[in-house]
Formats: sequence, C-alpha cells, structure tokens
Amino acid sequence: MTEIYKKENFDVAVIGAGPSGLSAAITLKKSGIKNVVVLEREGEAGGIPRHCGHPPFGIREFKQLLTGPIYAKKLVVAAQNAGVNIKLKTTVTRLGTGGKLSITSPEGGQQLTARRVLLATGIRETPRSARLVSGSRALGIFTTGALQSMVYLKNRIPFRSPIIVGTEIVSYSALLTCRKAGIKPVAMLEEKPLPNVRWPIYQLTRWLGVPLFLQTNLVTILGKERVEGVEISDEKGHVRNIICDGVLFTGQYTPESSLARISHLEFDPKTNSPEVDEFGRCSDPVYYAAGNVVQPPRDQAKVPIYYTTKNLPNPVYNAGQCWSQGRTTAKYIVKDLAGNLPSSFYQSRG
Amino acid sequence: MSNSLKNKSTVKVDNSKSSLLGVADTAIIGGGVVGCAVARRLSLAGISVVLLEKASDILDGASKGNSAILHTGFDAPEGSLELACIRSGYREYLEIRESLNLPLLKTGALVAAWIPEEEERFPEILEKARNNGIEDLRQLSRQEILVMEPDISENIRAAIAVPSEFVIDPWSAPLAYLSQAVANGGQAFFNAEVKGGEFFGNHWMLQTKRGTIKATHVINCAGLFGDLVDAEILGQSEFTIKPRKGQFVVFDKAAGCLVRSIVLPVPSERTKGIVIFPTIFGNLAVGPTAEEQDSRNDASVNQVILQALHTQAVSKIPALANIPVTATYAGIRTATEKKEYRIVEDTERNWITLGGIRSTGLTAALGLAQYVHKLLEKQGAKFKSLDRAVVPIVPNLAEHLTRDWQTSGYGEIVCHCEMVTQREIGKALTGPIPAGNLDGLKRRTRATMGRCQGFYCAARLAELTEGKFAESLDIGACHD
Repeated sequence: MTEIYKKENFDVAVIGAGPSGLSAAITLKKSGIKNVVVLEREGEAGGIPRHCGHPPFGIREFKQLLTGPIYAKKLVVAAQNAGVNIKLKTTVTRLGTGGKLSITSPEGGQQLTARRVLLATGIRETPRSARLVSGSRALGIFTTGALQSMVYLKNRIPFRSPIIVGTEIVSYSALLTCRKAGIKPVAMLEEKPLPNVRWPIYQLTRWLGVPLFLQTNLVTILGKERVEGVEISDEKGHVRNIICDGVLFTGQYTPESSLARISHLEFDPKTNSPEVDEFGRCSDPVYYAAGNVVQPPRDQAKVPIYYTTKNLPNPVYNAGQCWSQGRTTAKYIVKDLAGNLPSSFYQSRG
Repeated sequence: MSNSLKNKSTVKVDNSKSSLLGVADTAIIGGGVVGCAVARRLSLAGISVVLLEKASDILDGASKGNSAILHTGFDAPEGSLELACIRSGYREYLEIRESLNLPLLKTGALVAAWIPEEEERFPEILEKARNNGIEDLRQLSRQEILVMEPDISENIRAAIAVPSEFVIDPWSAPLAYLSQAVANGGQAFFNAEVKGGEFFGNHWMLQTKRGTIKATHVINCAGLFGDLVDAEILGQSEFTIKPRKGQFVVFDKAAGCLVRSIVLPVPSERTKGIVIFPTIFGNLAVGPTAEEQDSRNDASVNQVILQALHTQAVSKIPALANIPVTATYAGIRTATEKKEYRIVEDTERNWITLGGIRSTGLTAALGLAQYVHKLLEKQGAKFKSLDRAVVPIVPNLAEHLTRDWQTSGYGEIVCHCEMVTQREIGKALTGPIPAGNLDGLKRRTRATMGRCQGFYCAARLAELTEGKFAESLDIGACHD
C-alpha cells in the first residue's frame, strides 16, 4: 500500500492551519513547547478566511479591522515568527492510537508520532446532495465556500444570476461576494417566516435590490447542462418558476470531521463532532480538538447577537472565536504535557 | 429479424455536403458500456471499428447511473439470451480484469427476506439459480446472517447467500474496453450523432454530425435511443424504449464498513425492490427506484423519493441513521415493452441492433460483444486474429486497492474527500480517450464526488480544467 519514506516524532501535531490550528501552534511555541508541527492539506495556510474577502476579521487577535485574506496572511506570518513548522500539501489519512498519524504528501506516505495531537479541521457547508434537493445535476450548483474560493483565489465566477438558499450570516457574506464579483442574485430563499439574521442585517437584501422570499421552499432545480431555473413554493403551496443560472446553498454548517468519524475516537453523530471533555480532550487523551470541528448540540450553542432566537441555524464559530479556542486548548495541552491536567473521564472509566 | 424491416426502403441521405470522416469494417453507434465492449471484441478479432457517440464522452446515457454489480445471472430469465450473455460476460470480466487493471470487490450478495411471504419464495429462487447454472447458493438462518453482517437489522428473517455476486467499477470497465479497442486500431468519434444512413448493397454510408462514415457492418448500441436510430435509418423499429428511472442515495465512506454484502430484495410481482450495496469507491449506496417516464434524458432526483430510499436503508441497516449522505443520483434504464433483450438482425443490410439492454448490461456487455462477433462471422465478416493484442491499463479508483495518492510524485491532492491527485486529473485530461466533459472527468477520477461536493476543490478544479471543455465549472472572470 502506501510507501512509507520516513518516520518523525513531534511534541504536538496540529491538523489544520486555519485560525484555531495556527493560534494553538503559536501559543504552544510561545509556551516553550519545542517540536510543534502544523499539517495542512491545502497548498497555502490560513484556512477559510483566505477566501472571505471582506471584514470583519482580526478585531480580537490584531485589534484591527481586516479582510479575511489579509487576516489569514497575518496569522501565518505570526506562526512563522513564532517558529511554527507548517507542512503544506500534507494530508492526514488516519488517526492511530497513541498519537500515531498516517500522512501523505507529494513525496509519499509517512508515519508521524506526536505526544499530543490537536484536531483543528474546521467546518464546511452542507452541499445540495446531502440536503436531498430535487432536480437536475446541472452545472452552477455551489456552496458559499466554493463560490468564494473561486472569486477570491482564482478571480472567476460560476454564475451571473443565481438564487441564494439560506439566510445565515454566511448567506449575507455570499451576497457581498456576489456584489464584489459582479454577480446579481435573483432572490434569496428562507423556509421559515423570518430570516436567521436579525435586523438590520437582513435589510442588506433590500439595499442590494435582491428580493427575499420568506416561507419559501426550493422545490426543484431545472436545467440540462447548466442551471436554467428553479421551482419554488410559497407558504400556501403555490409553485412558480424563477429563471436563474445557478443555485447557491449557504450555511447548514457541518464539522469537517470525517477523520475523527472513522477513527477510534468516541464520536457524536448528532453534532458530527468528536466527543471532548472540558479541556477539549478526546476519548483517547493524546487527542484534542478545537475550533469549528467540535460543535455543541444546537440547543446548547451560544447564540451570536446577529441571530434571532426564533430561527437558529446550525452552530458555527467565527474566526475570532476559533482563534480564542485554539489558544485556550493549547494552554491545556501545555499543562497536560507537564503532567498538570486531571486524568480524563475515559481513563478513569478504564 | 422481421420481413417488414427488410422491405422498408432506406432513408435517402445527401452525402454530397458532408466529408468522409472515416472508413471501417464495422461502425458502432453509441458509446455506452455495450458499444465499448463490442468495439473491444471486434478490434481484438482483427476487424476495424469506428465508434460513434453523440455526446462529448462515453457513458452519457443509461451506462452512467447503475448499481455496479457484476451479476451471476442467478435470477435472470431461464434460457434467455440475457442469461447467456450475463454468464459469458461474467466469465470474461474475471478473465481480463487483472490485465486491464480493473477492480473486483468480492462482496457476495444476500437475497434478504423480511416478511414470511418473501421467505416462502426461497425454493423458487434456489431452483431458478440451479437451472441457470449457479450452484453455490445456500440458505442462511437469521442467526447466521447476524454473525456475518452484525449491522443488518434484527428484523431480517432469512436470506439466500449468493457468494459470487460482486461489485465492480461501472465507469472504468467501459473505459478500459474502449481504450483496448483504440489501442488495437479502433477509432472513436465524439459529438458525432448519427443523423441518417444509406445501404449500398455491400456497405453503409452513415451521416454523422461530424461527417460521413463508410462501413460494411453497423451495430446499433444506442441504448436509450436504439429504437429511434432503427426507425430513422431502417425505417422502423421492432421495439420501443420505455425509459425507467432509478434513483440512488450514496452514504458517506464511514458507512463502508457497515455491510460487506450486496443486500438484494426478494422480487415480488409488484416491485423488484431496492438494493443496498457497497460501492467499489468505499461507500454504501441504496437504490434504485423503478419509475416509468417518457423522457430519455431526464435523470433528475426527487426529494420525497430520496427520503423514502433513505428511510428504507435505515430500516434495514439501522446504523445508517448516523451516517451523512454524500451524493444522490439517478440513472435511466433502457427497458422495452418486453422483459428481455431486443436483438434485431437485418442480414440483408448488415445491420445488428442490440436493444433493450436492461440493468444487467454492465455484466452482459462483454457477453453481448461475443454474441455480436458470432453473428458477424455468420454474416461472412472477415476476421483475422491480431499477432499481438495491446493491453492498456486504466487507473485504479477502487478504495480497497492502491490509489494514486499512495504512490509518490502525485503533485498535490486536489479533491480531498475522494483523495484525487493532480497527476490523476492530468492523465484523465490527456489520455488516449480524454475526458470530454466535467462528468467524464468525475467518472475517470472521482473529483468532487465526495462528501463536500466541491466546497474545497471547485475553484482549483476550475483552474485545472480551464479551456478544456465546452461547458466549464466557471463562466468567466469576475466583472467580465
């Protein structure tokens, strides 16, 4: 199977170079942990903020109002200045017991052992397929993440007049991305009687001239090669067609936790997160998780001020919260390595 | 073969305006799995072939969405040509698969009974299998099943084990067949829809969108459009395609370990029932539905039906309740008025139609190709064995075998969910039969077919495929 070309040992291996992973790595280095590596599967570090081309980023971390890409660069520079070793294009393929990681990079397969491992693999939106949406599988069906990486990283657009599904904060971020790229959404859809976001954020659709349809469902996607339209139904069940050349599914966040799901770690399928204790420690006490990869049950999540409690979406943390969590969890890891953390629930359970 | 067919006059075609695109002993209409298998067999038998496909890549119709099972034929109609082709196709796949680098997942199948009425039909199923020459079936008790498949619902009553039903890669296999045809002198033309044709006593002139093809024999493998091609060129079709849609739900790879067998239903008069099956790519899938429809193109999915499939899957494998859905898709089967293959042979006009090749076509394709070879021999076609046949290999996409990312020098991983490398994408875009559209690229590499469906890699993929296809992921630059 995989050709193993070398074996390496680290004090802490962090999986994922987004805000939580980088902030944890910086904190670990600053706390005197010598051998810290960050494993990032993309060709560039920084995580999702790399393609969120608008503020507000960096208020908590840098006391500045930054766009995502600038914020991501500052985080990476901070990590490099702290002496963090970031390995790019490096994918972890298996979490083994006792911190043994199988990884692959263009040079080949490798095994790596770390005294502690931090999962910081983040979160993504739920695509069309997992929402079981009816209709054709034409070109032009996207998530915000895919749209923003196309616009901000490659300067390209996948459609000119899409319909936007969802009214989470990311949906409004998508609206701004569209505006910046010259895309004119034809409408925004929300199944419930009111948007997820509070006033005045939902006024953004009005300012941008995009109609907001409440109590409206996406019935089916039409089109052969490319999306040609959608059928939507209102609260009375009246169905009508809207012409558009794309469908943008926004939000419905789900942790990018597939590594943990197929591993030996205890996993909560309801939140799609590895189970952690109050220190962010997993069932195998060598493993920790921080940032968006661990989500609380929806009814236990802290509600951000921009959401109405009457229509709450799946929980997700912003970059600043991830950064804080990374730092906090890193401090626990430092304590743990010094032998100063209580033994875990799973250990005492035997 | 009917007399009425022979008496029909051929449609006159004006050849003066279109240039000669190619000359071959045999023209094959349609690049589905059947067309690809026929192209391979005839090329290896030493006659020249040209395959004509109306889409920009192979597998654009019925062959693109199926359950990827290599059937033994245990439940095929007794004494039918379908059974004979399934049996010979099955054997040939096992003989050639290693040389072409085609995978095989030795799952076995369980015909599962959930209610007493289903169990009562077991003797009949066992007898049919024996009559069809499949001897290794055996009945399992509930306890035996639960030991073998601990994640199957305890509501199961009994099952028949069919140890030799396997899972294969439904897209790499036909690609390998056509690749071997091309490597041995065959030609394939895409965007080459056949619009008409005329028989000149000893050869055909077929008019395609790209020019005229001169060929001694024609094999119509046009699948969902087979009856229309016959009607257009021969003047009449002996059968009518009744498109039957089948929807599927694919579960995350985390479900791959839940069931090792293909779980088949006991077919009833009312419904054939749905199958739960491991895929060669490491997922678990459920489907297909059987929905009659008029459209030969509409492979759209429906939320209510997908939810019903999901519910059925969870009722049979309860742990699936905790596994996210990765993908949904639909395929269209080429059913006809009759439950059998519709082979039409017009010996006076050197024409053979392979019609109504139903859901068993993936297995039967190689067998059908052998059958066509024999028919052509009878028609007096001149074959001469190749001194040495070229055996190309196709890239492996099977999860249980070594993937490209597991060998060094792959550049970068582009699609993280399916672990698709830059090297794989490069090869798929440049091989002897390069991907002709984005779907073709997905089928050759699995890019964007995983759980995030392009959230992470759509932008990179748009960049890597820029200018390659008529329809691309992006439609231009920002503020164009």
